[in-house]
Amino acid sequence: MSDVLIEVKHLNFYYGSVKVLKDINLNVEKNNITALIGPSGCGKTTFLRCFNRMHDLYKGNRYEGEILLNGENLLKTQDLIALRSKVGMVFQKPTPFPMSIFDNVAYGLKLKGIKKKSEVEDIVERSLMQAALWDEVKDKLSSPATSLSGGQQQRLVIARALAVEPDIILFDEPTSALDPIATAKIEELLTHLKDITTILIVTHNMQQAARVSEYTAFMFQGELIEFDRTEKIFTNPREELTEKYITGRFG
Amino acid sequence: MRIEKKRKIKNYIALSLATLTAIIGLFWLVFILTSILIKGLSAINLSLFLNDPAPPGIPGGGLRCAFIGQLIITILACIIGVPIGVLGGTFLAEYGRNNKLSGLVSALADMMTSFPSIVVGVFVYTLVVRPMGHFSGYAGALALAIIMIPIILRTTEETLKLIPWELREAAFALGAPYYLVIKDVVYRGAATGLFTGIMLSIARVAVETAPLLFTSFNNSFLTLNPNQPMPSLTVTIYQYAMGPYPDWHRLAWGASFVIVIFVLLFNIAGRFFIKKRLKK
Amino acid sequence: MDSSVYLKDKLFRRLGLFSSLTIIIICILMFVVLFIYSYPAIKQFGVVHFILSDTWNPVKKVFGGASAIYGTITTTLLALFFAIPLSVGIAIFITQLCPEKLKSYFSNAIELLASIPSIIYGMWGLFTLAPIMRIYVEPLLQKIFLPIPYVRYLFTGTPLGIDLLTAGVVLSIMIIPFITSIARDTFELVPKELKESAYAMGATKWEMIKDVILPYSRVGVLSGIIIAAGRALGETMAVAFVLGNDHNIHLSLLKSSTTISVTLANEFTEADFRLYISSLFYLAFILFIMSFTALGIAKFFLGKMRK
Ligand SMILES: Nc1ncnc2c1ncn2[C@@H]1O[C@H](COP(=O)(O)OP(=O)(O)O)[C@@H](O)[C@H]1O
Ligand SMILES: [Mg+2]
Repeated sequence: MSDVLIEVKHLNFYYGSVKVLKDINLNVEKNNITALIGPSGCGKTTFLRCFNRMHDLYKGNRYEGEILLNGENLLKTQDLIALRSKVGMVFQKPTPFPMSIFDNVAYGLKLKGIKKKSEVEDIVERSLMQAALWDEVKDKLSSPATSLSGGQQQRLVIARALAVEPDIILFDEPTSALDPIATAKIEELLTHLKDITTILIVTHNMQQAARVSEYTAFMFQGELIEFDRTEKIFTNPREELTEKYITGRFG
Repeated sequence: MRIEKKRKIKNYIALSLATLTAIIGLFWLVFILTSILIKGLSAINLSLFLNDPAPPGIPGGGLRCAFIGQLIITILACIIGVPIGVLGGTFLAEYGRNNKLSGLVSALADMMTSFPSIVVGVFVYTLVVRPMGHFSGYAGALALAIIMIPIILRTTEETLKLIPWELREAAFALGAPYYLVIKDVVYRGAATGLFTGIMLSIARVAVETAPLLFTSFNNSFLTLNPNQPMPSLTVTIYQYAMGPYPDWHRLAWGASFVIVIFVLLFNIAGRFFIKKRLKK
Repeated sequence: MDSSVYLKDKLFRRLGLFSSLTIIIICILMFVVLFIYSYPAIKQFGVVHFILSDTWNPVKKVFGGASAIYGTITTTLLALFFAIPLSVGIAIFITQLCPEKLKSYFSNAIELLASIPSIIYGMWGLFTLAPIMRIYVEPLLQKIFLPIPYVRYLFTGTPLGIDLLTAGVVLSIMIIPFITSIARDTFELVPKELKESAYAMGATKWEMIKDVILPYSRVGVLSGIIIAAGRALGETMAVAFVLGNDHNIHLSLLKSSTTISVTLANEFTEADFRLYISSLFYLAFILFIMSFTALGIAKFFLGKMRK
């Protein structure tokens, strides 16, 4: 059942002349959760943002190597708009757009040119259900998204990402701005979501990585130190550095 | 102990003086507004709005043509100035964020907002009035637009920069091209602020006088054709106030009253919108 | 995705770019046009000579800008003289003394002074302030200052109310909000720890203001003052109503005078031969340079302060 969705090969990344990612190699398995852990500043966010080419928004950034999505090197693609509708992203802080709950979820569909009302309504409903938010918002779909609580907003953003049926969704510390209860809800949601998509999640909370992920990658100073099944990383890591980090004897 | 007392007295005097300056500042405001409103109110009647000026020295008459002229010039100025200002400000806050050229444009625009408006009038005179051979409403509108552009550009830039950058990244991450990110996310989030900024800029420019002196000039007949010299309230006030007839002075007061009411309303509405935005 | 999206994005970007470039184009074009039109007068009267000569005589076709430049600078200095202490005092009041609840109302009220159009200041100056100056203030000033040697020269002449002093007062009211708002903003930037450490040493509120806030905010207040000066230099209508149009330089503040902008307002549409028109452009060009310099310096200081 393990199918490789993404292969990262010899990936280097530079902010201007500063090399921040160094020769990273890693496979992301389809319908699995892969967690990225490591100390702050080690390059997790930078790595994550390579997958949807977010770095292209800024001048002077440079990639080397390959990231193959379904066999195609996404670092070479010209059509970023198409790429980004295949690779969803959820940020640290919730990012509801200044529009209604419904329009938020439908936004990606609008971008894709899906206009048929009944179809859009169906997809919005399905996505909100998948994001475990439907029951809470079904009576107020036209209220502004900003009226939701932080945890709800984050699930709304997840629904928005799900609506366009991406191959993978990138999460950058999605619960770091939330309270424990909202965090628990999101974590539970993540474990369900892997049935319909693939998840790559950055977290600085090791327990979270242990709880939700099948695979864990440990990064340190821009290098991928160790990548393995999560149980292996947390019970019997190969590298001393990894062990030090997960046991909290670091720095 | 004596030193302490001296220091306390000094403190008291200095703080009282600061309070006094505040009272003086407020006094000027109240003094100016009330004297205009009181003297202006007695000049307000229907004929001010419905009649055109009577020949010099003959009582009666109104400023209908000046109201209409001012309105036409302002609307034309908005048609030129608002899109350029908003698009330019959008460029500075979005596509051109952090680049040197934008910094330069932004700094120049800032300076232009404090620039002598009469020089703009002189400039447009050479650009439009000279080549066309006559004063015109178009020239006046262009002068106002030139004053309006930097103001709207800067307020747009500032307002758009208040929208958190992450929101744009989130829209990019969904595959939105930048122009849709701006239209659907940035403009929508900044709508109230943008609207307020634009309205206040228009209000400011709509009551300018100096840039109209050599461009739209003046005219005591009703005209709807911007290709002719066009009367405006402000230039008319100047001409009438400096003229010798009491009846002219009365009309100037009436026009001043209308302008002050207009400015007050716009400011109150503007503050109201800004407050509403902050509450959200 | 279809390429029309990329095309639309490019189009929007271009539109924005060109719109923002209009600012640069306008500035450059203004400079060039003013220079070209002033060129005949520059060639005829030179630079130094034009600035220093106070002969403005359309009949003899001789033009010098000294009187207008003198009036411009004098009214601006007078306005600053009145406005600086008031504005700084108001900013101190707003940031240090005003009850929190009233703060925003009071700030708004002062800022409203900046929204009142020049033409209204002109009307008020001509019909309300000038008579008060003529009947009450100026005779009083003469009573006080005429007996004092040297100072007396500033107050000679028959009080008319239409003069440099009245123009200075009106201008000062107009620029109060500009200095106040920048002073207020910079006062509020002073770190709390600094203020508290002054109090901790037993300083009174005024000593804290004088020894911590004011020195700390010098650059900010200075740039506010320069911006205000830039405004005052080019103000037309408010001054045109209350200054008269006299091309002679008088030392007395109770005499009418002219400024560059007032000269333009009064004579531009009446100038009927090339050299006259060109001399007016020359004045406009000088005003352009003066304002740009002042505003540029202020911008520089403000930029330095932000860092
Ligand atoms: N935009 C940027 N320009 C230059 N350097 C950056 C930028 N963003 C992050 N960095 C640097 O790259 C390194 C990795 O950062 P990041 O990926 O954010 O780490 P993490 O997410 O693991 O905390 C850090 O040293 C950071 O200082
Ligand atoms: Mg990070």
